[in-house]
Amino acid sequence: MQNELLTGAEILMRSLEAEGVDVLFGYPGGAIMPVYDALYDHRDRLHHVLVRHEQGAAHAAEGYARVSGRAGVCLVTSGPGATNTITGIADAMMDSTPIVVISGQVGAQLLGSDAFQECDLVDITQPITKWACQIRRAADVAAAVSRAFYIARTGRPGPVVLDFTKNAQTELAPYVPARVEAIRSYVPEPATPPEALEQAAALIGGAARPLVLVGQGVTLAGAEEELRSFVERLDAPAGCTLLGLSALPTGHPLNMGMLGMHGALALNRKTQECDVLVAVGMRFDDRITGNVATYARQAMKVHFDIDPAEFNKNVRVDLAVPGDCRKTLRAVTELLPQGDHRAWRESFAEAADEERRTVVDPQTHPATGPLRMAEVVRCVADVTGGDAVVVTDVGQNQMFAARYSRFTKPRSFVSSGGMGTMGFGLPAAIGATFGQEGPVVLFVGDGGLQMTVEELGTIMEQSSPVKIVLLNNNYLGNVRQWQALFFHRRYSFTPMLNPDYEKIAEAYGIPATTVTERGSLAEAVALMMRAHGPYLLQVAVMEEDNVLPMCCPGNDVDDMLLTADDDGLQ
Amino acid sequence: MEKETKLYTLIIFSENRAGVLNQVTNVFTRRQVNIESLNASPSGIDGVHRYTITCRADEDAIRTLTLQIEKKIDVIRADYFEKNEIYVMEQALYKIATPALLADKEISKAIRLLGGRIVEVNPAYSIVSKEGLPEEVRGLYDRLQAKGCVLQYVSSGVIAVTKSRREELAEYLQQRDEACRTGR
Repeated sequence: MQNELLTGAEILMRSLEAEGVDVLFGYPGGAIMPVYDALYDHRDRLHHVLVRHEQGAAHAAEGYARVSGRAGVCLVTSGPGATNTITGIADAMMDSTPIVVISGQVGAQLLGSDAFQECDLVDITQPITKWACQIRRAADVAAAVSRAFYIARTGRPGPVVLDFTKNAQTELAPYVPARVEAIRSYVPEPATPPEALEQAAALIGGAARPLVLVGQGVTLAGAEEELRSFVERLDAPAGCTLLGLSALPTGHPLNMGMLGMHGALALNRKTQECDVLVAVGMRFDDRITGNVATYARQAMKVHFDIDPAEFNKNVRVDLAVPGDCRKTLRAVTELLPQGDHRAWRESFAEAADEERRTVVDPQTHPATGPLRMAEVVRCVADVTGGDAVVVTDVGQNQMFAARYSRFTKPRSFVSSGGMGTMGFGLPAAIGATFGQEGPVVLFVGDGGLQMTVEELGTIMEQSSPVKIVLLNNNYLGNVRQWQALFFHRRYSFTPMLNPDYEKIAEAYGIPATTVTERGSLAEAVALMMRAHGPYLLQVAVMEEDNVLPMCCPGNDVDDMLLTADDDGLQ
Repeated sequence: MEKETKLYTLIIFSENRAGVLNQVTNVFTRRQVNIESLNASPSGIDGVHRYTITCRADEDAIRTLTLQIEKKIDVIRADYFEKNEIYVMEQALYKIATPALLADKEISKAIRLLGGRIVEVNPAYSIVSKEGLPEEVRGLYDRLQAKGCVLQYVSSGVIAVTKSRREELAEYLQQRDEACRTGR
């Protein structure tokens, strides 16, 4: 069996199956045709989702990976097929998402000759991948695939590119199954010095006003239970980064909400009052910290992370705890006495009440006026009970979805965080329907939907049960909000002339409806959730609505606008 | 507030794979740190490449930069050093006009005093070779240039060995090989 000679393309199929791959997002083309030919015989085991644009393949693979925890796989051709995946690759790099992009490439003998659809994908993607490799011989396929998956999923996950020359797809080689389980030059999980755990426990255990910051690292490590035990033992309030949102249930009494630019007022204020800041699996992005020079200056900072390059990158920390946070959190929790920080916890209520009165209630339960984005998200959360996977596009839809969705399960929030990629939402939601069984709701704006609207064709073909909630305000809303705050309301190219989205959905055979009245919203949402298969619910929302509160870029983290009447211009 | 910058030397070991140098220099570009000199060559260990890179940066930047380089999959190890922690050396060649050399005795005197060796002489030009600390190598160039006799000048990147008494890479590789064998 091992001596049987197979084509490189066939070896790729077998190697993917050996990795447990069961779905591929792809688009065929000249330089990947031998692989597609081999795939034809494997199509019952490797479900191929034909996207309508390769960018969609990359984002769908991301959506799949984010909900399932497994590497998402893309299959594309050389040249433009390959370059179309780059936005998704960069997005996956920023958000530590494991995807494996397999691209066709011209034959090795033509490399460097500017052959038809030749493009140096490996060099282009080196800065935005965890690893990029060219396969030039059929005999190298099995080892390269195993190595790619090992690198993508271990340690801090990330995207990997395999650039597969056409000759290597067609040449014959024996299939020797490979199982890469270690690489000499790659340490996925740094060793945790025992003294770091002891020091962390002493510092955290001695805190009078501890605050825990929860990042996506918790989700990536599968450490949701360990995190919950840790915050409960410490009795400390916790805040989540955008991507950390579903790592701790929304309803948990210690979960104070989201951090950062559009985060909870109480969390951002208390960041400047806590005495020990415990950051878990997060990277102190500028959207979290505001002005780094004044960020939590008073606090001792402890940073748990699997990637040593994150320590002291943006914010100087007092103690770094390298390692897998599932293990390090568990170890530190064992060393902690049961905490009691009732007074500190309760001190969050004042700012939380202020935010509820001035921002949350008026936006989520308005009595009159046009429909608000916040109330649509709140309504969807009421209907789903927080049971759905929430996928977002980027912009106001994303921030409202993040603020007002309710999460009960790990890996139930999918959003483009670091890159802020408009057009991410629709294909990522398609991917999410393949990565888990539950309902998938997409919040998307009229700008972002049009960036990857062609993927409605994929939804049609796959009957992907994506519930699309289109928050249509006829604006590129987030940019418009910034123009209102920082550019004297000069709405430079943010008004959107929109097509008839119901007709577009209809053309793809996707049931659609539009809500313009408050009274019919709840029923329309319930109808959408009950429907089998895909659905488009367009909601005509207030045109000039603002995401609040807001920490304006560069401001101190506790300096937040509560109304848009405050002048953001200094 | 400008942070204080210093001259640092990075010593990097990588697997001998295509494209590693590119990935390493890319990290410098992103962090806006200029590379002053760069040397890449096989190390004493089979299949392992060694890079010596000097640059000016503040310590926060150089620490993060080093970790970001070490994070690259094919990079085995990256460390940064200050001047007192390493022994450095540079090599240079000076091509000078032979008529000038013969006409001005000060030129050959300077070459001798500053440790240059004349390795080739013909009627048109002579070649001087010198190794030493970067400032010494540059010092000879400045002296010759002042005489107006330099036709060409080239200096290699700095190479460096650590002054540490432990051979950390060898020990580290042994550990890693062991870890890979036992599948950890």
